[in-house]
Amino acid sequence: MMQKQCDMNDVPAIELHNAAMSYGGRTLFRDVGITLAQGSFHFLTGPSGAGKTTLMKLCYGALRPTEGRVSVFGEDTGHMSRDEIARMRRNVGVVHQDCQFVDHLSVSENVLLPVKVSGAVAEDLDANLSELMGWVGLTNLADHRPAELSGGERQRAALARAVILSPDVILADEPTGNVDWEMSLKILNLLIELNRLGKTVLCATHDMSLIRQAKTRVSARVLRLRGTSIELAGAEL
Amino acid sequence: MNKLLDLLRGDTEADRVVPPTGFTVLLTLASSAAMAFLAVFVLALALSAGRQASAWEDALSDTATVRISAPADELEAQANAVETILAQTPGVGATHRLTADEQAQLLAPWFGEELPLDTLRLPILIEVSLDGEGPDPQGLRQRFAAEAPGAVFDDHGRWRAPMIDAASGLKTISLIALLLIVAVTGVTIALAASAALAANGQVIDVLRLVGAEDSYITRAFVRRFTLRTLIGAIGGTVVGLIAVALIPNVSLDGAVSDVGLRGFEWLLPFLVPVGAAMLAFGATRFAATRRLAEVS
Ligand SMILES: Nc1ncnc2c1ncn2[C@@H]1O[C@H](COP(=O)(O)OP(=O)(O)OP(=O)(O)O)[C@@H](O)[C@H]1O
Ligand SMILES: [Mg+2]
Repeated sequence: MMQKQCDMNDVPAIELHNAAMSYGGRTLFRDVGITLAQGSFHFLTGPSGAGKTTLMKLCYGALRPTEGRVSVFGEDTGHMSRDEIARMRRNVGVVHQDCQFVDHLSVSENVLLPVKVSGAVAEDLDANLSELMGWVGLTNLADHRPAELSGGERQRAALARAVILSPDVILADEPTGNVDWEMSLKILNLLIELNRLGKTVLCATHDMSLIRQAKTRVSARVLRLRGTSIELAGAEL
Repeated sequence: MNKLLDLLRGDTEADRVVPPTGFTVLLTLASSAAMAFLAVFVLALALSAGRQASAWEDALSDTATVRISAPADELEAQANAVETILAQTPGVGATHRLTADEQAQLLAPWFGEELPLDTLRLPILIEVSLDGEGPDPQGLRQRFAAEAPGAVFDDHGRWRAPMIDAASGLKTISLIALLLIVAVTGVTIALAASAALAANGQVIDVLRLVGAEDSYITRAFVRRFTLRTLIGAIGGTVVGLIAVALIPNVSLDGAVSDVGLRGFEWLLPFLVPVGAAMLAFGATRFAATRRLAEVS
């Protein structure tokens, strides 16, 4: 068990190995090799349509690369069964680009969904939930329907849901997509806090000011999709 | 079966996740009720037809008649010859020559009580009870032709056989109808479940995104459709049973008239809701599995 623990710490949270992705013959990217070490903070940027969301989906097994492989904690997603993918997602919290809620459930019920589907019998669930709702600033909106939330509130609800099982990895796809600067900073702060708790964070965004802001506070790396390849962006940001 | 019971015990949490989708509720309830009603009827019909067929078959093998018509001076001799032949024929049990009184009784419905029998030249009738398969009619007729040419062996089969065929045919058709009902019910429920699954595409996507295993999602839908079908089918079965019980029980001789259930047969329709629930379970699982294959 100890041995395994030591090994586990060396394994990258997420690794892409010569990954290529194409939709019906159109290649989005190829030969992509990236390594997200545990506890690291990465931004993923690139023009709209470059394939940020697609790359995110590779990371949580919603898509499989057309070539190469993707590993999550050393496990090749291509070799995982559907149930293994499902269980892997409990350790990889996803904030989807358009949030995705179950519309007829309340905000807090949506946030609790990962707990319900995992069948985990969590003690202090109510306390944890209200703490989490307080952390994202949605205490007053817990009983509302997702449709009644503003864009920024939806993003924070999605983030709360992504972290309720205390996953090791957070994948956030444009979490500041359609919110103002102040709200963007709030959401960024939440991600930075999570990273300080040791979580691996990958955040897709095309908001350069947000990235610059983040870099003053954490040692975040920036991956940029350009053409069909990915590069580590340097100081020009 | 165990899975089915687990399902009924249920997980109300999972139930909340899938919203009730209007028309599929009604579709499932109504179609399972209607199909259960039909199934009870057809079941009663099949059982009745089967009962009738075997009753006729039994009656058929029980008795035969030998009719001897001959000139008056030969009549008695031929009758004696027939009785001798019958006594020697394997498959023939007791024989009984009908007396004049018995013949008068037989004819009374047609000619009235006052029939002057002695003025009529009536054939002699010998009632024969048959053992097992009965005698070989062909061989018997040949011996009669040689020794008692006025004797005709009537095993009642000539006219009953087609009716037995009809009754067995009715039974077969009823069973085919039952199979069709099962097939249509299965397809209807699978379609209703597919519609519900399609209408809840977003819910399924979200559930997969947050780490739900396929079995969790499948269970939520399967439970719902199985319960609805069970409720609908129980309703349809009860109404069907009442309807069958209300069919007047006229026993016309020789016609399929007593459609209904007898004795332990009353228990069989209770299998209809159970069967419907199992069918719904399978059909919904099938639909859910197909749908989930499209979701990553
Ligand atoms: N399922 C799909 N089938 C075919 N093409 C797709 C599919 N999903 C995405 N694409 C295409 O792949 C390209 C990349 O899409 P993707 O959503 O990954 O871009 P993105 O970088 O996230 O863009 P944005 O910044 O607008 O969110 C787009 O041109 C899109 O049309
Ligand atoms: Mg995107």
